[in-house]
Amino acid sequence: MKSYTGLLIAVVTIIGASFLAPMINPYILGRIIYIGIMISLAVSLNLINGFTGQFSLGHAGFMAVGAYTSAVVTTYLSTHGLEMSGMTGTISFFVALVCGGLLAAVAGLGVGIPSLRLRGDYLAIVTLGFNEIIRVIIQNVDFKIHGTDYIGGARGFSVLPMTTFIWVFLVAAVVVFCVENLVNSTYGRGFLAVRDDEIAAEAMGVDTTKFKVRAFVVGAFFAGVGGGLFAHSNYNITPLDFTFLQSIDIVVIVILGGMGSTVGVILAAIVLTTLSELLRSVPEYRMIIYSLLLIMLMISRPQGLLGPSTLGKLFKFWRKPVVASTD
Amino acid sequence: MTFPLDSILRFRTLAVCSIVACSAAFFVSCKTSGGPAGSEIIVGEYASLTGGTATFGQSVHNGDVLAVDEINASGGVLGKKINLVTEDDQSKTEEAVASVQKLVNSDKAIALLGEVASSRSMAGAPIAQQAHVPMITPASTNEDVTKKGDYIFRICFIDPFQGKTMAHFALGSLGKKRAAVLTDVKQDYSVGLDEAFKHTFSTAGGTIVSEQSYSTGDKDFHAPLTSIRAANPDVIFVPGYYTEVSLIVRQARELGIECPILGGDGWDSPELTKGEEQQFNNTFFSNHYATEDPDSTVQNFVKKYQDKYHAVPDAMAALGYDAARILADAIKRAGSTDSSALRKAIAETKDFPGVTGHITIDENRNASKPLTIIKIVDGKFHFAQRIGPNGEALTPLK
Repeated sequence: MKSYTGLLIAVVTIIGASFLAPMINPYILGRIIYIGIMISLAVSLNLINGFTGQFSLGHAGFMAVGAYTSAVVTTYLSTHGLEMSGMTGTISFFVALVCGGLLAAVAGLGVGIPSLRLRGDYLAIVTLGFNEIIRVIIQNVDFKIHGTDYIGGARGFSVLPMTTFIWVFLVAAVVVFCVENLVNSTYGRGFLAVRDDEIAAEAMGVDTTKFKVRAFVVGAFFAGVGGGLFAHSNYNITPLDFTFLQSIDIVVIVILGGMGSTVGVILAAIVLTTLSELLRSVPEYRMIIYSLLLIMLMISRPQGLLGPSTLGKLFKFWRKPVVASTD
Repeated sequence: MTFPLDSILRFRTLAVCSIVACSAAFFVSCKTSGGPAGSEIIVGEYASLTGGTATFGQSVHNGDVLAVDEINASGGVLGKKINLVTEDDQSKTEEAVASVQKLVNSDKAIALLGEVASSRSMAGAPIAQQAHVPMITPASTNEDVTKKGDYIFRICFIDPFQGKTMAHFALGSLGKKRAAVLTDVKQDYSVGLDEAFKHTFSTAGGTIVSEQSYSTGDKDFHAPLTSIRAANPDVIFVPGYYTEVSLIVRQARELGIECPILGGDGWDSPELTKGEEQQFNNTFFSNHYATEDPDSTVQNFVKKYQDKYHAVPDAMAALGYDAARILADAIKRAGSTDSSALRKAIAETKDFPGVTGHITIDENRNASKPLTIIKIVDGKFHFAQRIGPNGEALTPLK
């Protein structure tokens, strides 16, 4: 029950902080929102890559599904006379995000099933391919409702700016809560078992197939929701926003944060976004310095910023430890 | 697997947290110490200096810098120097959003220049509009960009305009009456040019004898070209991108189609005529400007650009140069950097003598300007003619 207290504290803090949001410089607020979105995306990818040990490079594909689905929903509702502010706006946005998440989860199921047969590099290639397929479909599909083009192909799709501080961090809190509680539950030990030793897990009666698919479905759902938040903070989305490079950005956060460490991943999302922003003043060297820093961080902290710790272990002094891995 | 000791863990956490805190502090402090207000005028620029469209972004940036240096060397505007703050958006939409938010909110730019790509202009435009900061895009041709609000302007022509002007060129300068069109149905750009061309050509006295289409990525065009040949046109309009156009023109010539072939700025690439250059004789396309244009403004610009960057300026550089100069001109006319006065001054821009022609901003905040026709001779692009915004020939056909 302690974790519910944690969620409650987080929600109250976020609601409290949201009152301060209008006082922050909109540029910095925009970056904080971006960090929040990256936290949701990275923590959900961590379920697939970190906890279940399935190397996925397709997170931007799930993001794209969620982004376009939720953007179509909000655009459709607003062009059909629904007020996109106040209560109706909140409900519509919630519905849009859930739709985006669900469709992304369906996509996750689609990728999860072939992933039963593939491991390691092969799985990475399949998910990368999936990412590109989604992107190319969006680029070429003609999706028209009553003659209005919704997707816009390569030209981009104008999205209402609806993502706010409170939305982003409430979603992030829910993602962290769900992922942490899932992997720390008795049931969730299965994810770790699949990662640590698939054959041993199978021998012990863990249905490894089901666990892998579940990891993909849950991870994809939250990636879809994150994609929805991303789209509604970006004013305009194009298929080029969801290339495998975007997936790699998220994978980098997960690896730097430490595979299977939620707190580490959150920290990495903050550190990397801030770093990239600090280097803005030197555009010519920005990516060079950024990459060098990444290399240095990986050399000095190969196990991730915090190592293989989880939220539970970080706060061990007031929470009963859970034994995490078989080794 | 064993876990690190708690003490180490806590120490590490502390260390990481302090790094984050330090960087956050640095972050905030360097943002609040923006340029001194009053001594200079801050103009923001967001461009894709790196990433997928880096070549366009760098050209525009070079043009902007050249214009600003020139203005500052001649005393600046309103007695102040222009400080051009440039943000690289890495050809990413989310970086464009961050760049514009920074320029508008932290750097307190009085106006924005950018972006080349319509998708990124459309991401930045709502922020500029909301903050009432005028924005001039040098090269976003999508019609929707300037529909984002009354603070958003453009100085390049929009897609349908090229189609319209090419129709006038075919009828007036070339004296052709029977046109065939070959459109890339996958590209909005191509469809937009095609529709404008057909409409103008048929209402101005010509006949469209054949309408054929293809899709991006096609390699064989014999089927549509054979149908076109059967209709016996005296001019063909192919508003596609150079990758397909280069094959289309070759295959048309192989089929014995000798009439002039016309196109839009999607043709503008040195790759177009590689290989068999002779086959491109008797083809024309529209572009923003030509380095060979005898106009003195153009020649001065080409010379200054070559002195500074040791490269031939492309259309993007010329547009960037014009955008920055139009902005400076508007600041002078407004007599202040007040946003609504500046907006009004930009909107009232009339017959500004730019490198890409005399530019007038119309009521939709788009540019009404002439267009340059390029003629291809033995694989080389030559200046052929300048056509005015209403289809009138401004120079004789070369």
